[in-house]
Amino acid sequence: MSQAPAVIVLLAVIGGALRVSTPFMFVALGECLTEKSGRVNLGLEGTLVLGAMCAYATSFHTGSPWLGVLAAGGAGATLGAMHGYICKLPRVNDIAIGIAMMLFGTGIAFFFGKAYIQPSAPRLGSFSLGAWTGNSQIATALQINPLLVIGVGVAALMAWAFANTRWGLIVRTTGDSAAAARAMGISVDLVRFLATTIGGFLAGVGGAFLSLYYPGSWNQGLSSGQGLMAVALVIFARWNPLRCVLAALLFGAAGAIGPALQSVGITQGYYFFNAAPYILTLLIMVASAGSKQAMRAVPGELSITK
Amino acid sequence: MADVSEPLGAVLPILDAKSDLSVRVRRGAEYIAIPLIALAVSGLLFSVFLLALGKSPAEFFSLVERGGFGTAFSLQNTLQRSAPLIMTALAVAVPARVGLIMIGGEGALVIGGFAAAAIAIPLVGRAPPLTTLIIMAITGVAVGACWVGIAGFLRYARGVNETISSLLLTYIGIAIMNFFVEGSLRDLTNPNKPSTKPIGEAYMVGKMPGTDIHWGLAAGVLLAIALQILLSRTTFGFAVRIAGGNPRAALAQGLSVGKLIVICAMIAGACAGLAGFFEVAAIQGRANASLVAGYGFTGILVSFLARHNPIAIIPVAILFGGIVASGGLVQRRMDLPDATVLVLQGLTFLVLLTSETLYGRFSFFRVSGTEDRT
Repeated sequence: MSQAPAVIVLLAVIGGALRVSTPFMFVALGECLTEKSGRVNLGLEGTLVLGAMCAYATSFHTGSPWLGVLAAGGAGATLGAMHGYICKLPRVNDIAIGIAMMLFGTGIAFFFGKAYIQPSAPRLGSFSLGAWTGNSQIATALQINPLLVIGVGVAALMAWAFANTRWGLIVRTTGDSAAAARAMGISVDLVRFLATTIGGFLAGVGGAFLSLYYPGSWNQGLSSGQGLMAVALVIFARWNPLRCVLAALLFGAAGAIGPALQSVGITQGYYFFNAAPYILTLLIMVASAGSKQAMRAVPGELSITK
Repeated sequence: MADVSEPLGAVLPILDAKSDLSVRVRRGAEYIAIPLIALAVSGLLFSVFLLALGKSPAEFFSLVERGGFGTAFSLQNTLQRSAPLIMTALAVAVPARVGLIMIGGEGALVIGGFAAAAIAIPLVGRAPPLTTLIIMAITGVAVGACWVGIAGFLRYARGVNETISSLLLTYIGIAIMNFFVEGSLRDLTNPNKPSTKPIGEAYMVGKMPGTDIHWGLAAGVLLAIALQILLSRTTFGFAVRIAGGNPRAALAQGLSVGKLIVICAMIAGACAGLAGFFEVAAIQGRANASLVAGYGFTGILVSFLARHNPIAIIPVAILFGGIVASGGLVQRRMDLPDATVLVLQGLTFLVLLTSETLYGRFSFFRVSGTEDRT
């Protein structure tokens, strides 16, 4: 404890950002893909919670946390497919369906998850970026989970694919103008269905991180609005996967301020810091809603910004 | 819309007085029949869900019937629980009329209830009960109105998506209540659960004469009727309908759509804030985490099921009040987790929204010459 409190707080915030940001990142990437195709899935909060539950349960029964990650992705993909299928019916509102999926996903997760609150399941491992410094505090702060690396990889892949591949072009066209996509002979419903399903898969994997790494257990209060905040993040990130990663890191840092201050003995306003990420999200939404850059980047078919 | 260039004969039947009535009856029947079909289908799907788990659906529904409506006691419990549901459903219905999907009812309920409990602290013991209750109610309603009003204002001023912002405000509202309830306003004589100071038996809202139900139910029903009149019989309601149907047309008519949006959001928040006031002043007697009971979220489903019609909200709220009230009994008797009600609600919501696609598909509800008029 030779360092100044400021250094400890800074380290804790950086460590927190690396630790807390992964679920934000996966949900934001999933939503980014879905929204690029011109549809909004507000139900990813429910997907995140269900993913967390499935991951924990699978890891508990099979003993393999990575199977848990896959199960979480599968559960997320199922919810995403349901959303994608229902929304293609005429007269159905994708935002309202999102709310329903949020309630449904959370309900199913709490229903089946009750049995898994007590038992302890094998978790995902981690490695440290700071081990070479020989400083145990830095090493602990810079613990990194493989999922974070995978998330950054997925973001890079998505950014590259949107810009350089035929598939990326198809998704973007569908999102910008359904009429143009139809004229090209693309099945708009199919593209959106697949984009929502894959988006659900990614959000489910984000949930696996919550229950299998940090906080690393399953309970009903595991995610309080993180999925929702991640959806809001996508607007801020202007539908760019790489900016989604940056925004997720920023959010992780904001969420880590409270616990970091607590660790150096500042407990005043702990509950205020609980509200900080939500307030930050709201402020970010206000700031990015009117911005010209955001309006230029928005997929033309999106109902969320109209 | 009938095209002007159409031959007169195609337009004429709908101007006929007789068919006008039959159009209204058949349309109305469609709006009742399709939600009922959706309810039946979700009941069926939920039965399959229970069967898959090896539980008896018959037992479930009979327990809901008994725990929610069977005895005088359970019926009163149901009606008591439907009071906040009516108000939180109205909090969804009013913005829906102006074309917004606002789901901030839970937050406005919590923050309104908390504000009512907080303002009562210096008044209890000094001011007479009735004055205190009136001040509490006004505070709860005003704070709730401002809370959801924020989402309305952000929508109007910056185009911020109101669904996301209203839900974020819910999380913020709960965090603010926790901040005070576990901090400066905590009642230190109560070590079990962080709460504000109780307002005391003498200051609580009483029961309606001859029943065990507090006045919140009467308030909810009156509020629903008042809002129905406001929305369907006044210039304001007409303006709201136009703005909800076609904002551009409304703007072209010189209506200030932004103002309508903010006012509707504030009415919504006021309804939910009133629910919070009654939860504090008639049930809990103090503000604590029990206010976060999910009434706001069930209210969303109630409003959608009632097709955002304030009068229809009353029976639907009573139905779901019964399902919520029977939750404890179902949990004990059938050994099901308390999230069972959540699953049923989520499923019903999904089926209901999916059923939107059925409107206009059944020829029975159609009247010749009106196919394109929606």
